[in-house]
Amino acid sequence: MKVLKTYPEKCISCHVCESTCSSLFFKEDNPELSCIQIHDETNPPDMNVCNQCQACVAVCPTCAITVNNQGVVMISRNLCIGCLMCVAACPTNSMRTAFGKHNPFKCIACGACVKTCPADALAVVQE
Amino acid sequence: MQRKVLAEYKYELKPIVRGYNKRTLYVNVGDKVIKEKPVTDMMIDKFVGGKGFDLYLMWHGVNDNTKWNDPENEICIAFGPLCGNTSYPGSGKSIVTTISPLTGIPVDCNVGGHFGPYTKFAGFDALELQGKADEDVIVFIDGDKGIVQILSAPDKVINSHILAEELHKEFAGSEEHLQHVSVVSSGSASDHVLITCLNFSFWDKRRKVARLKQAGRGGTGTVFRDKSIKALVVKYSGLSVDKNDPADLPTLQKTGLKLHKEIEVGDADQCRMHQVGTAHLMEIMNDYDLLPIRNFKYGQMPEAEGLHSREFTKLFTQGMADGCWYGCSLSCCKAVDNFKPRTGPYKGQPVCVDGPEYETAGGCGSNICVWDPKDVVEINFYCDTYGLDTISFGTSVAFVMECYENGILNKERTGGLELNWGNADAALELLHQMARGEGFGLTVGQGVRRMKKIFAEQFGADPKFLQDIGMEAKGLEYSQYMSKESLAQQGGYTLALKGPQHDEAWLIFMDMVNNHIPTFKDKAEALHYFPMFRTWFGLQGLCKLPWNDIEPANNAQTDEPAKVPEHVQNYVDIYKAITGKPMDKHELIRQSERVYNFQKVFCMRMGGGRRIDDIPPYRAVGPVTEEEYLSRQERYDNLMKNKIGVDPTGKSVAEKMEITRRYREDQYQQLIDAVYERKGWTPEGVPTLEHLKNIGMDLPEVLEVVKRYL
Repeated sequence: MKVLKTYPEKCISCHVCESTCSSLFFKEDNPELSCIQIHDETNPPDMNVCNQCQACVAVCPTCAITVNNQGVVMISRNLCIGCLMCVAACPTNSMRTAFGKHNPFKCIACGACVKTCPADALAVVQE
Repeated sequence: MQRKVLAEYKYELKPIVRGYNKRTLYVNVGDKVIKEKPVTDMMIDKFVGGKGFDLYLMWHGVNDNTKWNDPENEICIAFGPLCGNTSYPGSGKSIVTTISPLTGIPVDCNVGGHFGPYTKFAGFDALELQGKADEDVIVFIDGDKGIVQILSAPDKVINSHILAEELHKEFAGSEEHLQHVSVVSSGSASDHVLITCLNFSFWDKRRKVARLKQAGRGGTGTVFRDKSIKALVVKYSGLSVDKNDPADLPTLQKTGLKLHKEIEVGDADQCRMHQVGTAHLMEIMNDYDLLPIRNFKYGQMPEAEGLHSREFTKLFTQGMADGCWYGCSLSCCKAVDNFKPRTGPYKGQPVCVDGPEYETAGGCGSNICVWDPKDVVEINFYCDTYGLDTISFGTSVAFVMECYENGILNKERTGGLELNWGNADAALELLHQMARGEGFGLTVGQGVRRMKKIFAEQFGADPKFLQDIGMEAKGLEYSQYMSKESLAQQGGYTLALKGPQHDEAWLIFMDMVNNHIPTFKDKAEALHYFPMFRTWFGLQGLCKLPWNDIEPANNAQTDEPAKVPEHVQNYVDIYKAITGKPMDKHELIRQSERVYNFQKVFCMRMGGGRRIDDIPPYRAVGPVTEEEYLSRQERYDNLMKNKIGVDPTGKSVAEKMEITRRYREDQYQQLIDAVYERKGWTPEGVPTLEHLKNIGMDLPEVLEVVKRYL
């Protein structure tokens, strides 16, 4: 299973990963639109991102959420009807939504943030 | 399947504006007329949508003398402005109305499945069916292309579990579109009997079957088949979260997500709807002496342990996304997969059975003393596929079983069926007879009111006894709760406009268990508020269950826990978010009051709606037989002493029963007085002109009917 692994003890809370992610997916530098979210109220910071546990897959009423052959949970925008049941069902609060957007979104372990992280606090790994 | 196009109508596809299409679809299957009708601002202001539109359209389609099987009788199916949103749980309901063959007045059913939302998104706020076809037809609405057709239906099958699946496949065209089709059908029993229903389908993508949800009450299936309609089919494939054109999508999403999370956290400790649906109530009702047993004689028996929800949990496939519309995380429509019936035409064939829900487990289980959950599942399956209402079937069979046990019926009179308590084989055979149109099943399928007449006239049974034990009012069979010890629930049932169904008011716990509404005034207030609040779901295209089958964690600490104030506010919020119109919890009740009173006057127009129509059989009020009295003697004796003020010592059981009866019947009459007054009606149950004016339902056609009664 391909998954984005986080190393909070290395994280310097620069939020570059959020910029990278939201810019890539939504063409907008907005942490609310990032699949990874850094909450730096704690030390080390909380790096919240999907662990590909698949809990969301079973609740989707249109089977829009599937697991690809690398073990990554994917959302089909064609099939998704935006009910957000997957957001509530996510045990780690890593299925994202931005109110006003039609569909939820999540980390697909693409690794873009890994490349821009200046602190080596992220890695795409096989588990 | 080769189908002839008997009529076709092309219409312009237009987006919905703030929850409304502002047009309805009229289809006359007799004259083959298809047309659209405009929705006026008056309709929206006074009737809102859903059941309100149904009743408005039907009022103008029928006349004062229309009977259920007259061609002008209509089946109206409407959806409501909030219907079809995918954000808030329980938002996919259709509301069906027709002049009922059982009651002769309008009946309304709130049903899930995808037909309503898809038809709404196809472009219509309601569907109005009229006329009688001279051959079996299918009405097809293609919401992708903007075409409505009346098609010939030479299909051999009629039973819903097969027909719905075949039509899904035929009209989808390809596998990817199976979920974009929905079918309304009935079943073979609807060609022969009156206690029938309509099945509304949705395609279950994981199970790869057409699931069936029922518009259960009042014989809608019989009207459907009397019109020679074999099925309604809709196709729509453009669903997305904003299809209702909400004025404020973020608020809609936020409110929906809040409830999703509440359900995610709370359901496992509250109602366990995810796990077992409404069947979670079985042991609760038994524990509180409220589970109907032996035709509502008793509320509790040790044998009911056999129908404990754990037994149904084992039968239901767990972990499925069991919502009857997208976005319903309450997920209560459970199913038994690969069930193999042991009787009938589908014996040994694996089928998917929707349910049993509580009402079915109560009616087709405990009330007739069938204690094996698999027998209940089998009765459930055949009721659904034959197009029979499990509630009316259960209550009707309970009635004939009691008649059999009392010697009113015997094997000679039942065509050889031994209708003793618990005879599941006989109950199943009655079902198959109804489907085949033969035998004693035909009599049972007429429902309790007609059976009372038949048994008195043909078998010389005592009409008074039959009246006491025949659990119907207005011609409709009671649903499955014991109301004997809750005066408020006696009213909740028997004052319900369409007949004794629990969807207007369920007050047993408030009244009997918690004693929160001790006075007549309190009960009248509850019997005003809750029917009005619950009516609102039917105006909007919503389900009642996410209102109070899940509660916020702090609900008990609120001022009025029974109303679930936070959820009431949710409804206010999503109404505003979709329609963009102002709303608060008071206007919500006002919207309902207008339609509720309209329905009341509609009943009066059709010859019902009188005070005498609001009288329950005594079985719903107190102990009819000595064995009933003796089974709870301590309770009844104590009540006599403490509430009636009569010392039971030294009195015979017959004397004590008579005293109890006089008291309870008098209490009920006092309750009616209080409720009518609270509702703004005369002591005869007629809405006053002043009240109709106050609530804004003083339309000339309404006043014209009311004046006949004042």
